[in-house]
Amino acid sequence: MNSARTTVRAQGLTRRFGDFVAVNDVSFAIEAGEIWGFLGPNGAGKSTTLRMLCGVLAPSSGRAEVLGYDVARDPESVKLRIGYMSQGSSLWDDLTVEEHLAFYAGMFGMDGPAQRAAVDEWSARVGLADRRKELAGSLPGGIRKRLALGCTLLHRPKILFLDEPTAGVDPVSRREFWDLIAGFAEEGTTVMVSTHYMDEAEHCKVLALIYGGRIIARASPDELKRSPAIGPTVRIDSPESVALIDVVEPLPYVLACALQRSSLHVTLRRGQDLEQLRKALAAAGCSATPVAITPSLEDVFASLVNAA
Amino acid sequence: MNWRRVWTIAVKEYRQFFRDHRTVAATMLMPLVQVVLYGYLSSEVRHQPTIVWDNSHTAQSRDLLRAFVNSSYFSLDYYAHEMRDVVRYIDGGRALAGIVIPPDYATLLDEKKRPEVMVAVDASDATAAQTALSAAQAVGTDATRRMTVRALRLAGEPLPSVGVDVRTRAWYNPGLRQEVFIVPGVLALVMQFTMTFLSMSTIVRERELGTLEQLIVSPITSGELMLGKMIPLMTVGYINVTTILLLAVFWFGVPVAGSVALLYATVLVFFFATLGMGTLVSTVAKTYIQAVQLIQFLLLPSMLLSGFIFPVESMPRPLQLISYFIPLRYFLTIVRGIIIKGVGIDYLWQQILILLAFGLAVFAAAVLRFRKRIA
Repeated sequence: MNSARTTVRAQGLTRRFGDFVAVNDVSFAIEAGEIWGFLGPNGAGKSTTLRMLCGVLAPSSGRAEVLGYDVARDPESVKLRIGYMSQGSSLWDDLTVEEHLAFYAGMFGMDGPAQRAAVDEWSARVGLADRRKELAGSLPGGIRKRLALGCTLLHRPKILFLDEPTAGVDPVSRREFWDLIAGFAEEGTTVMVSTHYMDEAEHCKVLALIYGGRIIARASPDELKRSPAIGPTVRIDSPESVALIDVVEPLPYVLACALQRSSLHVTLRRGQDLEQLRKALAAAGCSATPVAITPSLEDVFASLVNAA
Repeated sequence: MNWRRVWTIAVKEYRQFFRDHRTVAATMLMPLVQVVLYGYLSSEVRHQPTIVWDNSHTAQSRDLLRAFVNSSYFSLDYYAHEMRDVVRYIDGGRALAGIVIPPDYATLLDEKKRPEVMVAVDASDATAAQTALSAAQAVGTDATRRMTVRALRLAGEPLPSVGVDVRTRAWYNPGLRQEVFIVPGVLALVMQFTMTFLSMSTIVRERELGTLEQLIVSPITSGELMLGKMIPLMTVGYINVTTILLLAVFWFGVPVAGSVALLYATVLVFFFATLGMGTLVSTVAKTYIQAVQLIQFLLLPSMLLSGFIFPVESMPRPLQLISYFIPLRYFLTIVRGIIIKGVGIDYLWQQILILLAFGLAVFAAAVLRFRKRIA
């Protein structure tokens, strides 16, 4: 785990706000070149963890190293080498696209020709070459996110921290955004991204599930779907699937059940047999047969949260 | 200190400031409005609306009334037919003074007796009343002296040669014009208002927008950020100082007696004190509204205790002690010293040093305070 390719290493990382423990004794390592996804509901501690790793927020206890620099003792060295896109707006509505890029180029010490070259290059790479003179305030949400991404990447950081970068963005723009991220990851940039979109989580090489300030699971998306912590998952296609929730949910051996599209997904507890669910359904007068499926990430996530 | 980063911040701030036309207009017009308002409001108590009840109706009484008019403090706007009129006009606020001349005024004068003339003044505003009362006294004394001289001449007697001749000289402001004193003070006051109000939004606005986090994660240092944000405001401040000075010289006829270069240099020192204060508030406040409230809490006492309206020397001792901590106090002394008295650094170096120390202290406090927020 502590290989030379490790770019981020957290050990017992904890942050308290008064009595509230936002991040509780979190440990993990991120390998260079990975897209590392941070999945969890709002308030689970995703942003707080990212902020600590970026040197913006001091940890209450534990430690973390980013690219070999301690985030608590040497936050400025960390900041010089990373890119961070915060959850809130990182743009000024009254500055244009190229003024934003020039600003961040200046922040990282580029001037004159180097600055102009950086503005040219990055306005093109994030697909804004033809909107350079437009004010950020007049850009649609998805395009704003691309500009923000360009601003964080222009100093060529080795690692990129993205805090819910696609929140509130339409699906097409989200896909475009993820294509950009995948491209940068292929060039060797490590990406740590928090999200609560399950489809986005599929892009990640490693997923960490955070809930209540703790990481409750960490594996690749495929491994998570085969997690030994949960039992089998079935799909029930029935016209009364909504009503069925009330039947299925209270069953002691059911870990999680939720509607996905028009069918009901049910995940059982570890080691529980499907036969008892079939009987319970028949007893309730439901004629549909549960079909065993590979759980979706949403099933896995809900189950792991309930199991934790 | 990385000057490229300071400049990068400054360029961003310049762009944002000059793109916001409403703020630009307000910032550029506010000083003009203030100077003109204060400049005119400050003009002395003159031409007070006055009601006259002349019971004498003689050449002598008209002579006296002319003396009141010539003093330029009284403007005889109303004539009363009875005492009730005088009371009514002053009660109603239409007249601020009333002059009552008795029926036997001329007779008594002819009999070489001293008739009594009443001048009543609305003394609700004690300061204005004081001026009017002194002016009335002076009219009386002067009339008496003229009458005595005429009487002695008529009697063929020599004029008395004993007496003290007090020769007064009004230095620095021979015309005793109020605006000479007020306009330089307004310059200092307006600078203080504009600079603190502009700088108090610098950090807190980025915090509210959410862009502060992005600045914190960039390699900029706290000092670079503060300085970069101050530079454009200093430019705005210098534009304001220049407009006010032009207005002072060409509109109010208040010339700069001392060195303009020294004035501009000390303005820079004052900028550090005011911008530092505003920035400090901006780093403390969580929201813009909070910053506004904090600033108002700081600005009001500084206006009252700086010596802008009430001289520091006449304040009670505890208030005088507080005034030592008000940078405007020192800047007022400097500005009035340079503009009115024309003195130089040899007289003002102490005030300048104190102001400089204050400026550096608040700037350092703002920088350190912001550092803490990052960690």
